[in-house]
Amino acid sequence: MFRNQYDTDVTTWSPAGRLFQVEYAMEAVKQGSAAIGLRSKTHIVLGCVNKANSELSSHQKKIFKVDDHIGVAIAGLTADGRVLSRYMRNECINYSFTYESPLPVGRLVVQLADKAQVCTQRSWKRPYGVGLLVAGLDESGAHLYYNCPSGNYFEYQAFAIGSRSQAAKTYLERRFESFTDASRDDLVKDALMAIRETLQGETLKSSVCTIAVVGVGEPFHILDQATVQQMIDAFEIVGEQEGPAAAAGQEASAEPEAEQGGAAAGEGVAPMDI
Amino acid sequence: MNFMASKQPENSLLGPESDSQRTLYPYVTGTSVVALKYKDGILMAADMGGSYGSTLRYKNVERMKAIGKHSLLGASGEISDFQEILRYLDELILYDNMWDDGNSLGPKEVHNYLTRVMYNRRNKFNPLWNSLVLGGIKNGQKYLGTVSMIGVNFEDNHVATGFGNHLARPILRQEWHENLSFEDGVRLLEKCMRVLLYRDRSAINKLQIAKITEEGMTISQPYSLKTYWEFSAFENPTQGAVGSW
Repeated sequence: MFRNQYDTDVTTWSPAGRLFQVEYAMEAVKQGSAAIGLRSKTHIVLGCVNKANSELSSHQKKIFKVDDHIGVAIAGLTADGRVLSRYMRNECINYSFTYESPLPVGRLVVQLADKAQVCTQRSWKRPYGVGLLVAGLDESGAHLYYNCPSGNYFEYQAFAIGSRSQAAKTYLERRFESFTDASRDDLVKDALMAIRETLQGETLKSSVCTIAVVGVGEPFHILDQATVQQMIDAFEIVGEQEGPAAAAGQEASAEPEAEQGGAAAGEGVAPMDI
Repeated sequence: MNFMASKQPENSLLGPESDSQRTLYPYVTGTSVVALKYKDGILMAADMGGSYGSTLRYKNVERMKAIGKHSLLGASGEISDFQEILRYLDELILYDNMWDDGNSLGPKEVHNYLTRVMYNRRNKFNPLWNSLVLGGIKNGQKYLGTVSMIGVNFEDNHVATGFGNHLARPILRQEWHENLSFEDGVRLLEKCMRVLLYRDRSAINKLQIAKITEEGMTISQPYSLKTYWEFSAFENPTQGAVGSW
């Protein structure tokens, strides 16, 4: 994408029928640090990579609880993400107050998408520079949606956004068929593996990632560092041994010992910078 | 010459509300509604009378209506306010349907929505003069609740409005139990409605019973209850009375 005369404002179409400002906003999402989400029939797990600017600072919050049954992970302009999370929390709490019932996640996602669309059709606004992975439960089960700056939304079994997300996506594509019936713990392990893919060689430890879970009978919550480290240790033991790559045939096993780690960090899939 | 105190508040001080009136009293009213949970859902009964003060003026008023796929609303009190509530709910259900997704508002949601409406109106000193009964069943879960004109709301296994609270609830407390069959439920409701017919002067002998189950809502054709007036106590009512009246 190169600079051209049709990209100054969002209300200008290019002759090819593109809105460049919207596409540039989607670039901002790709620059943010990775966030991933995956779901089974009853649970959804969100994970993200947290890189602090320096050793002295804390890392940015990228996962937000929106309500007991909905949470969101963001990638891109975190300030925009924070503002949208506040909007989502507001919508949820207003619905809960009026109807004493949780807002169905499918409806929240449409409202969010409509809000993003407005910014693509006003000359005095700019699109939100953040991609949101919305995880939530409603009457029809567990759902994972991705909301883009363009105002589109899609439902996914598993997805990854942000920088080096292609590595995670490739891992998820290999494994997604087992997710629907996976147990909660296996889902979390898969999330950690997917995050490891995006780290490209760096050691996976609980200080660089955040994991959150929501499921039937389990309100949305972020797992604490100690628990996450425990889970990492539980499967990483075997991970270094590069067992035959955990290809699609492999059953997700509950015992850490039997775990054949995914392609060992640094090997296999080369990141594709989009 | 302002020494005569005006009964009306001065229009200018009220600002934008100066030309509207607040509800002071109801005009055309419906009497009790009684409802109970039974095996397959909810049964609700109400007569078809619309009183104009002490005159039993309208005799074909349907005081129970289906709301969406899962709920049934019965109302006592001002009939025109009930019609207004039906319009609000119609719009609510319409917007719910327009989402066209797998979700729908169940009886719990409708009940809470109504509670908010009634309470908000009460806070503005302009109440909808009704006592409402909202029952329904969704995904196997039965729900039965009530909201008053001041926003008091609660759920229970059996509810009633107005005189029904005094005459029907005690009977229900004695005789209601879980998993009533349809026939037993109807019999119990008829027992309550008969007592109301004898003792509530705004009741008329023309009632409907509505039921709501997972399959949907059905409402009976209007019918009347058999009554018996040959009790010896009625023959010479003042016989044992003490006092000048």
